[in-house]
Amino acid sequence: MSDCHACAGCAVAEPPPSLGKTRPHVVAIIGPPNSGKSTLFNRLTGLRQKVANFPGVTVEQRVGKARMPHHHGEVVLVDLPGVYSLNPRSEDEQVTRDVLAGAMPGIPKPDALLLILDCTNLGRHLVLAAPILSLKLPTLVILNMADDLKSRGGEVNTAELASQLGSPVALVSASKGEGIEKVFQFMEGTAGGTSSLAPPRVELPVLQDIPQCRRWANDVGSGAAYRAPAPPIWTRRLDSVFLHPIIGPLIFLIVVAGVFQTIFVGAKPLMDGLQDLIQKSGQGIEHFLPPSIFRSLLIDGIWSGVGAVIVFLPQILLLFLFIGILEDSGYLARAALIADRTMAKFGLQGKSFIPLISAYACAVPAIMATRTIENKRDRLATILIAPFMTCSARLPVYTLIIAAFIADRPLLGHFFGMQAGALLGLYVLGFVAAITTARLLKSSILKSERIPFVLEMPPYRWPTLRSLSLRLIDRSKVFLHRAGTVILLVIVVLWVLENLPLKNGQAPPIEESFAGMIGHAVEPAIKPLGFNWKIGIGLISSLAAREVIVGTLGTIYGKEGTEESIGLRQALRSDLSPGGAIALLVFFAFAMQCMSTLAVVRRETGGWRWPAMQFAYMTFLAYICALITNEVIRSGLLI
Amino acid sequence: MILQMSVNSGPPPAPGSPFARTLAQLAEGEAGVLDHLDLPDDIARRLMELGFLPGHTIIPARSAPTGDPRVYRVDGSEVALRRETASHLILRPSNGKVSIR
Repeated sequence: MSDCHACAGCAVAEPPPSLGKTRPHVVAIIGPPNSGKSTLFNRLTGLRQKVANFPGVTVEQRVGKARMPHHHGEVVLVDLPGVYSLNPRSEDEQVTRDVLAGAMPGIPKPDALLLILDCTNLGRHLVLAAPILSLKLPTLVILNMADDLKSRGGEVNTAELASQLGSPVALVSASKGEGIEKVFQFMEGTAGGTSSLAPPRVELPVLQDIPQCRRWANDVGSGAAYRAPAPPIWTRRLDSVFLHPIIGPLIFLIVVAGVFQTIFVGAKPLMDGLQDLIQKSGQGIEHFLPPSIFRSLLIDGIWSGVGAVIVFLPQILLLFLFIGILEDSGYLARAALIADRTMAKFGLQGKSFIPLISAYACAVPAIMATRTIENKRDRLATILIAPFMTCSARLPVYTLIIAAFIADRPLLGHFFGMQAGALLGLYVLGFVAAITTARLLKSSILKSERIPFVLEMPPYRWPTLRSLSLRLIDRSKVFLHRAGTVILLVIVVLWVLENLPLKNGQAPPIEESFAGMIGHAVEPAIKPLGFNWKIGIGLISSLAAREVIVGTLGTIYGKEGTEESIGLRQALRSDLSPGGAIALLVFFAFAMQCMSTLAVVRRETGGWRWPAMQFAYMTFLAYICALITNEVIRSGLLI
Repeated sequence: MILQMSVNSGPPPAPGSPFARTLAQLAEGEAGVLDHLDLPDDIARRLMELGFLPGHTIIPARSAPTGDPRVYRVDGSEVALRRETASHLILRPSNGKVSIR
């Protein structure tokens, strides 16, 4: 209740001489979802954190280092997934249990725990204290959102709570940093080995019995003179606008259009500028090096490979700035509520909506954005269908082929011609493939674990600059580290394929390169689709990124390699049948011609299993549909 | 009446029936007390962890434009459920005395 007791029972630490010298002191942070766990973790570690996946599962593992203010030592902090209990029913709970038991490979058993609870909702959150305290590890019970509790007229006697639980209790506000020093004090105490472990004064409940645990939490709360805060007035007021039957959906549409517009249009000048900068600097470096095959590898392979990765950053940053604001403010939950009904028709849920809309710009940030979907199967389904949405990298290919093969005759009046119709048709095709696949997945391998759709509605809050910037830095690091390495490797391999074997010490013409040989080798397989070996080379090169095929075809035909190139259009018209050209469009609508996406899917799903399946499925679908398209057009059934 | 309440294999009771109403039948702002969850054990536990415990008062709040899913005020927080889920949460009859926590 009073602040002087805010860290009642915290051990006062002696300076530990060996701190940080031998085995690191490991402290795990555990708490229910929406308790402010990540905010606390960020507050304690700042930028000194690493993100990975726990081995073999899709659960994100955050490990960071907190520097102790007084003893210059370091504590290793492990941020565990948000859980309500330790009953291992979900992957999150299993991971949490394993880490706490010291059974997670690569993570030592924690020496101490930080149990973080939302004190504006203490009755419900205290339920998690029962299984945690029964572990008999030194535990600091952190009552977060202290500022909210106070401003809404609630109170709690922390000293009394501490003596009941037999663990120190600290009242903090992780977002404002109030009371954080008590958390450091506790960690210094446990690191110095001076923490005392008192048995809880209250008897712990039978852990399997939720009603009993809840009654226990209530008794503990009333024992600590807990008075629940008044309902959040502003949240109710805002909800009456954001969830208004008419105004609500309107605001939703404006928000969605804003996100779409920003990442689709707003990111473009940034991306173009960045690409230009990378290209120019590459050319600049080129001048200083003697012409050789190594210069080509360095500039055309590695440098442009690095560029191909970095060029995604503006889109990723903008999307995550938006998602950060939406999530931290609490609006994302409302948006998910509004979108849920529509998404449920495809077997998905409300939280899949924003990622799928983002996928129209680029599947890479979209897949990273699926993090907000807690239900693992819904998240996986969203990841698997996102690349079907017509991303901006498909547009150059579509533009080139449509301009070359589809007459610009009016279809519906003057403003909607055949070409626009074809483009719209391709968008529809991708969307239909996405929702059909979603239905297919959700009625087969990803059939919901019968877990119903549950969405907690957090109170509205102002997003903090600190949290937003940490999130942006974190997402960029994840993307550059994890995806960057794979993409770079693929791009170097493609460079090797296109530039070797050497001919008189020079890179060969592309048709005599390894890529050319592969193009010739796969020709029998792609001939039924109406493609020749040149398209085969294009398909191989487009694995780096879809739009690369335009440049490659330009090289092969000896024309300017852009989608506006008249020469390239003519060359294609004289070399490809109409059936083959339309089949190529269909192929690109469906095929997973994007290593960046595959790399991100691998990173987000924790292994090669899902991206491999996705690649096989999408390529198979693309092949079959392109085959049918070519056959239908060739036999004159259409046109 | 008590017998009818504990047996839940039959068709859902008619709307407006004074007993064995489900959460999905409550109007916005109308409080109801949860009696039991007519759901498989693992799902029921998941919902109980969120506060949907027998004896707790639940108040339907705002909803998505179509009325589904709806936000429910329960145990100090707000949680949205789809109607298909809410229709498996059986309420205590409201014609008797109700204890509100």
